[in-house]
Amino acid sequence: MSVPSPAVDTAKPRVFLVDDHAMFRSGVTSELAGHVQVVGEADDVQPAIAAITESVPDVVLLDVHLPGGGGQAVVAAIKAELPDVRFLALSASDAPEDVIAVIRAGARGYVTKTISGPDLIDAVQRVAAGDAVFSPRLAGFVLDAFAATPAASSDRPSFDPELDQLTTREREVLRLIARGYTYKEIAKELFISVKTVESHVSSVLRKLQLSTRHQLTRWAAERRLT
Amino acid sequence: MPLRREREGRLLGGVLAGISTKTGVDVTALRVALVVLTLLSTGLGAAAYVLAWLLLPITGDSANIASRAVTDRRGIGIVALIASMLGVLLVVASVLDAGWLNAVAWPMIISVCGMVLIWRNADPDEQAVLHRMAGPVFTPETAGAKERLWLRVLITAVLIGLGLSVLVTGRHDTDLLPPLGGILLILAGTAVALGPWWLRIARDLGAERQARIRAEERADMAARVHDSVLQTLALIQRRAAEPQQVIQLARSQERELRAWLFDDQAPGTIKGEGVTLAAGIRKIQQDVESQHRIAVDAVTVGDCELDEDLEATLAAAREATINAAKWSGSDTVSLFAEVEPESVSIFVRDRGRGFDPDAVSADRKGLAESVRARMTRRGGLATIRSAPGKGTEVTLTMPRSPVADQSPRRT
Repeated sequence: MSVPSPAVDTAKPRVFLVDDHAMFRSGVTSELAGHVQVVGEADDVQPAIAAITESVPDVVLLDVHLPGGGGQAVVAAIKAELPDVRFLALSASDAPEDVIAVIRAGARGYVTKTISGPDLIDAVQRVAAGDAVFSPRLAGFVLDAFAATPAASSDRPSFDPELDQLTTREREVLRLIARGYTYKEIAKELFISVKTVESHVSSVLRKLQLSTRHQLTRWAAERRLT
Repeated sequence: MPLRREREGRLLGGVLAGISTKTGVDVTALRVALVVLTLLSTGLGAAAYVLAWLLLPITGDSANIASRAVTDRRGIGIVALIASMLGVLLVVASVLDAGWLNAVAWPMIISVCGMVLIWRNADPDEQAVLHRMAGPVFTPETAGAKERLWLRVLITAVLIGLGLSVLVTGRHDTDLLPPLGGILLILAGTAVALGPWWLRIARDLGAERQARIRAEERADMAARVHDSVLQTLALIQRRAAEPQQVIQLARSQERELRAWLFDDQAPGTIKGEGVTLAAGIRKIQQDVESQHRIAVDAVTVGDCELDEDLEATLAAAREATINAAKWSGSDTVSLFAEVEPESVSIFVRDRGRGFDPDAVSADRKGLAESVRARMTRRGGLATIRSAPGKGTEVTLTMPRSPVADQSPRRT
């Protein structure tokens, strides 16, 4: 996990907003006002890439669905040039294949658009500090994606078995997130520190992004059929 | 699923019925096998049965009778007394040089002691069954039966006496016929003495089963009415100031009732809405969000086809969610369902005002009847964790039945 660069003011992160609905953008801007500094907005992939490259925000709030392509196109383009810009995915539809695609492209977390103002501010600050943000639904998706068959599938041996499996503790943490527990409540429930919970979640995120697991890539496609 | 004594289809303690449901072996075959085993092993089979009765919890209960019996001081006293008779019997056996008595004494004492503890410590429901079965032996039904009872006792005494004397004298013969005749006479005596009782038991058992089925149907019906009609009436009272809402509620309730009464589609069942668990969870989310002003954060991991057990689980989850929507004061409920190979778990959690689970009176429906009883009736488990100001979490766990076991549709 990377340590936030000294220039980052974690108390008031600089936020860039990408969403094709102007109504939603203005709503989020007013909700975040006072807690973060909104440095720019965009409504589609190309304008977003241009504006983010120019303003170099700490956190980009990114709608998963954009008219000009998936949100992952923005993540992919920016990651190559500005690896310190962090992304938090927002979505109303919650189609798992889209969410997983954005996370695998490099987003540090995912929340639903129905999230409350204070929770959103909290999530933005977490991402700005370099932590991962898991909504209950994302935890569910990840459990689902890693659950299925034993990791080392015979038809495609993995390069790093470590990456293809969740540990028992990581599973426990994800289950509690899915049940609606906050990190603090999880720490209390499992008798561990909040820092440990955060490191478990970050490790899950890393596995989610780096795993070459056959399952993960196929999973999304199959979910769409059911 | 662990081995449990089965309520449904039990003759005595339900041990064999439990083994039958667990293994799929026909229960009558098991019963015949046990009787034969008991006869061959001079009673050991019966003793084993009684021990199993003591140690296996009944379906829907996690504690066995033995765990309650250890606190029953008087029962233990009686058992100690009976057990001391074992010593007497063994002495008699050695004096008479009767090895067979020695062999019979142990299982008999174990069985009798076990039965005493069961009799005293079984739960009320089981005790009622025991009383009904044992009743006729001690209390003849009518006055006219009194003379017949005497006659029966007389015949029994004569037959058993004859049999015993033939047995005892026959023991010195090398001929096999007298002992066999003696045993037959004793069996005949027993049949005369206990025959009417056996008939009565067989008759009562049918009646008892029917009564239990009726009671369960009633409880099921009450739960459904509570979930649908009573819920809607409560909602209408709370929304009395909004005529549009009230009309909408009344209409949807009317539709539901009609479907129940005329199309045999019970309210609260998820049937027909989609055949999988995830679809059922989505339906709960939609319904609760549209009827109550609360957000339901629903997450499902894995999926599987619904069977009757899982439908009951979903109905319980719906009830718990509605309960949270109505009473917690929180603006979000988390609903998480996970399908695992052996079981399905559903968690309903809110961060609302919570309550003291011990302080809710037992007669209040809601959580107690609709959620907990619904789960235990089907062999599942419901736990409720709550404290004032700390929110509430209801956990439902239902073992997956091997019959409906389709591999979970995860990929």
